[in-house]
Amino acid sequence: MQPFIKLTGVVAPLEALNVDTDQIIPKQFLKRIGRTGFDDALFFDWRFNADGSLNPDFEFNAPRYKGASILLAKDNFGCGSSREHAPWALLDYGILCILAPSFADIFYNNCFNNGMLPIRLPEATIEALFKEVRATVGYQLTIDLPNNKIVKPDGSSIAFELDAFKKECLLNGWDTVGLTLRHEDKIAAFEKARAIA
Amino acid sequence: MAKNIYEKIWDAHLVLDEPGKEAVLYIDRHYVHEVTSPQAFEGLRLAERKVRRPERTFATMDHNIPTTDRSQPIRDEMSRLQVETLKKNCDEFGVACFDMKDRRNGIVHVIGPELGLTQPGFTIVCGDSHTSTHGAFGALAFGIGTSEVEHVLATQTLLQKKSKTMEVRVNGVLPNGITAKDVILAIIGKIGTAGGTGYVIEYTGDVIRALSMEGRMTVCNMTIEGGARAGLISPDEKTFEYLKGREYLNGTPHEKLVEQWKQFASDPGCKYDVLVELDAKDIEPQVTWGTSPGMVSGVSTKTPVLREIDDANTRLSTEKALQYMGLDEGVPLTAVTINKMFLGSCTNGRMEDLRAAAKVVRGYKVNPKIDQAIVVPGSHHVKEQAEQEGLDKVFKDAGFEWREAGCSMCLAMNDDRLDPGDRCASTSNRNFEGRQGKGGRTHLVSPAMAVAAAIKGHFVDIRDWQYN
Repeated sequence: MQPFIKLTGVVAPLEALNVDTDQIIPKQFLKRIGRTGFDDALFFDWRFNADGSLNPDFEFNAPRYKGASILLAKDNFGCGSSREHAPWALLDYGILCILAPSFADIFYNNCFNNGMLPIRLPEATIEALFKEVRATVGYQLTIDLPNNKIVKPDGSSIAFELDAFKKECLLNGWDTVGLTLRHEDKIAAFEKARAIA
Repeated sequence: MAKNIYEKIWDAHLVLDEPGKEAVLYIDRHYVHEVTSPQAFEGLRLAERKVRRPERTFATMDHNIPTTDRSQPIRDEMSRLQVETLKKNCDEFGVACFDMKDRRNGIVHVIGPELGLTQPGFTIVCGDSHTSTHGAFGALAFGIGTSEVEHVLATQTLLQKKSKTMEVRVNGVLPNGITAKDVILAIIGKIGTAGGTGYVIEYTGDVIRALSMEGRMTVCNMTIEGGARAGLISPDEKTFEYLKGREYLNGTPHEKLVEQWKQFASDPGCKYDVLVELDAKDIEPQVTWGTSPGMVSGVSTKTPVLREIDDANTRLSTEKALQYMGLDEGVPLTAVTINKMFLGSCTNGRMEDLRAAAKVVRGYKVNPKIDQAIVVPGSHHVKEQAEQEGLDKVFKDAGFEWREAGCSMCLAMNDDRLDPGDRCASTSNRNFEGRQGKGGRTHLVSPAMAVAAAIKGHFVDIRDWQYN
């Protein structure tokens, strides 16, 4: 997995509460057996018209947000199904970091397993960012993970909290299966004690 | 010290708990289905790893499979490939797989309990958010992503941070016509779709104790719709009675199992971080009117009026939801007409659900304005049992379609789906935009409410139903 250390990128806003994983990636794309190539599936029903053209009314589609790597979202982002296809679709599109007041638990965890950083910020901070992003074309933020801060274009910064272990995994791009297998002896001992043969 | 069920299961499964790290939690049971597993098996292959405990892993095909004639191959090429890939992976890694022709096949959350694979005190995971269903048996059961599926396959453990706990206590006695589905929808309506985020819920109170195991499964199933990954109910005599003699429990004397299982029930006087209380007498038959399960109300009420909503974000999302649903403000829910009905899913596809619906249906016909009304049992076993009781005939005589088991129109990965503009009374768990088919509109209700709506052509208050 690619380590996540520092990221500077365009911020795209997504104006909706409770964005569920069915919206992030609809079911027809879940039939694939690969792990990549989901970029066109992202927000499919919102991004595209029935004839396949881009929906100009969907703010995320505006040319000014093209190439965005940071998504600005609202409460309870990623709720619903456990499909990891949701972070895969965001990642394939180029989104590496999501800012929101809250995330659904399963989606939140799934992000880290793909080297992506979801950041929880107070609602007022998120609302203020929505205003700033819309006010300035090409608005960019810098995510500085080692220092737990988000640097704004004017040089001011927003601090954020993150579980120390999750941060360590992201900074190092660790594969958690490999990490856990280092404790194989402990797992075997547990199984022995519980008579799991 | 008095411990709650979550703390007991957590402590009993801790392999390792180092400071500054996430705990390594042992997983007793891993359920696998075709949609969220192919990339996990591929990951094992790439890293040259094997499944650590294949005998603790069970696979079924449910999301993609047709509910019509199964003698033919699956028509949709991608669905067929996904289903075949699961079989191939299971064969390669030595995992039991209940394929479409297997008598044990069905929706993963229906067959686990049915076969006795789900047991009190277990840790159970599956790449599916409705894994919370198994919490009805006093198991710590929750949905995981595909990377975690791979982690469990390889290590039989999961990295976890301990959750906070919430007690949801439902007091009183359920009035006539009020079901487990109405209870959980009312709970979600109260705590909100993110109310349980970061928590594990234990459901307690007289109403929960009085529910059958099937009703308890319905409640735990939709825990995720309230934001919590897991919802549990302490095991009791009903739990033990349900599990007695189930296929995968043969070999160990029942009394011995019960002794083990009993220990996991929450201790009297145990603590939770938060308490939420509901009174049964306040719960009406529930109908969702929007595009999130929290957008729900009693059947005697009306759709919201925007100017009465103070919060700007909520007002905007309500406006969008009403627009998507094609509903005006302030409309009585009983005035909402439907053209399709779906009875089934891991929420409401069990015997109790079919029996309750059949009781409503007897002596009536599906309304001529209804384009499609399908009944999809949750498993082969449920289908067989229902047919033995003659329920299939009750449904078919009334004009409902009687199908093979599977996830079906709950998420429309197979051919069972809504067309744009369709409005469906559905016993499933999610009313998200496009969930049952692009442009489709879903109203979540109980089985009795769903078939009653199919008969009348619009929602009705099931408490007033004339049974034949």
